[in-house]
Amino acid sequence: MEALIQPIINGLLLGGLYAVIALGLTTMFGIVKLVNLAHGDLMILSSYLSLTLVTYFGINPFLSILFVVPIMFVVGFAIQKYLLNRVLGKEMEPPLLVAFGISIILQNLLLLVFTPDAKGIMTDISVKTIQIGNIYLPVLYLVDFIIGCLVIFFLRLFYNKSFLGRAIRAASDDVGAARLMGIDTSNIFAIAMGIAMITAAIAGILVGMTFSFYPHTGSQYLIISFGVIIIGGLGSMKGALLGGIILAEAQLLGAHFVGPGYQLLIGYAVLLAILALRPQGIFGQAH
Amino acid sequence: MSSESILRIDKIDVFYGDFHALWDVSLAINKGDIVSIIGANGAGKSTLMYTIAGQYVPANGTIEFKSDRIDGMGPHLTVGKGIALVPEGRRVFPRLTVYDNLIIGAYTPKARGNIEKNIKKIHELFPILADRGNQRSITLSGGEQQMLAIGRALMSEPELLLCDEISLGLAPVVIKNIYRKLEVISQEGITIALVEQDVKRSLRVADYAYVMLEGRIALQGNASDLGEEQVKKAYFGM
Repeated sequence: MEALIQPIINGLLLGGLYAVIALGLTTMFGIVKLVNLAHGDLMILSSYLSLTLVTYFGINPFLSILFVVPIMFVVGFAIQKYLLNRVLGKEMEPPLLVAFGISIILQNLLLLVFTPDAKGIMTDISVKTIQIGNIYLPVLYLVDFIIGCLVIFFLRLFYNKSFLGRAIRAASDDVGAARLMGIDTSNIFAIAMGIAMITAAIAGILVGMTFSFYPHTGSQYLIISFGVIIIGGLGSMKGALLGGIILAEAQLLGAHFVGPGYQLLIGYAVLLAILALRPQGIFGQAH
Repeated sequence: MSSESILRIDKIDVFYGDFHALWDVSLAINKGDIVSIIGANGAGKSTLMYTIAGQYVPANGTIEFKSDRIDGMGPHLTVGKGIALVPEGRRVFPRLTVYDNLIIGAYTPKARGNIEKNIKKIHELFPILADRGNQRSITLSGGEQQMLAIGRALMSEPELLLCDEISLGLAPVVIKNIYRKLEVISQEGITIALVEQDVKRSLRVADYAYVMLEGRIALQGNASDLGEEQVKKAYFGM
């Protein structure tokens, strides 16, 4: 039993990170009905931006958030306003293709600039652990989890209580009626993407500090994000947190019982099982 | 009745693609009036409302609101000018609470400063909206949703309120109640344009009326002067 506590705690902490990775994807799906296939690559772009700031300017990795977040907001705003908004409409495919194109361009751009070598953002806490009895808490995992929960908390507060957050939700409910209220919906969608990219920037920096990454890692995290939001329910933020924890627990407990080689497989087996039992996800609304 | 017009439409034509929806339509709405626009399905009433609100751009002709050109402005800007549209089918934001729906009605910078005051006024007009403030608006009955849609439009502090088929699908007793509230709104000095298929009811509250037929104005006059036979002929094009 004692041996189980360690993977359970690690899974919980990793789940918080998975949630913040998936957050941008699930909010954009909820608001604009857009599946942003470039989500993972934009997240990894943030990891590289942070790495550049750390390596060339000697900035503390945590402080790099202050620079990467505004950059990614502008990147997200511009992608939505000048690329995706132009193809939004009745059809699902054109925005999907544009996002896929952005994904390919980003991967190759990162490959050109940063080479295919694995990179990592080193921090003072990279290898630190806190020991409680026989349990070792990796400090970095703990930080990931806390920051992940904070991001979800503030994002929910923003969407539920602020004027802009309400306007974004109104536009997601009924674009035509939102325009009648005076809402410039094309700007609102661009702001929503900017906010999704803020969460992606934070996720990218945390991932970069926690794991190694290279130009093609983005697609792995896109798949993790899909897993998280399918389990939790499309468009739901608390669903993302629960989905993240379930997926991470499944992976780590799977690795514990079956072997590390089966970690990913077992994660997706659980995903399939949940899909079979509750196709709309745990917090998703059936249509 | 003052004779100063708040809205003046001059010879507009509106197309959806190849379809000619409005033909050479001219009309004027006097400040403070209730104006009724009646006509059968497909006569162009809703198109006219949405064109005034900026959703459709006339191919030619002009629309002036308080002497400013507003044609082609886009609906997110006409609201700020003082025109609010209560759309057909109510179109409240289903997943937002009743309270949040009202807040979103005050999105324009002009209205944003007076949210508390205006919500209080709307709660006096429709007390049910205060009781249901924290409910998602999808849980309201049709009549309550219609009150919310009107309240939401009033939050933008309009001078001209466009109401598109507000009695559609509602019980007679609810319609009666909503029409009584419209008269209260009118007494506050807000000009109202009313699109209806229910001819009798809308003529009873209106000062002036237009009858539309196949995208054209077929008949107009003071509501009290229009005879039933005359309206019927214009309505059906006999």
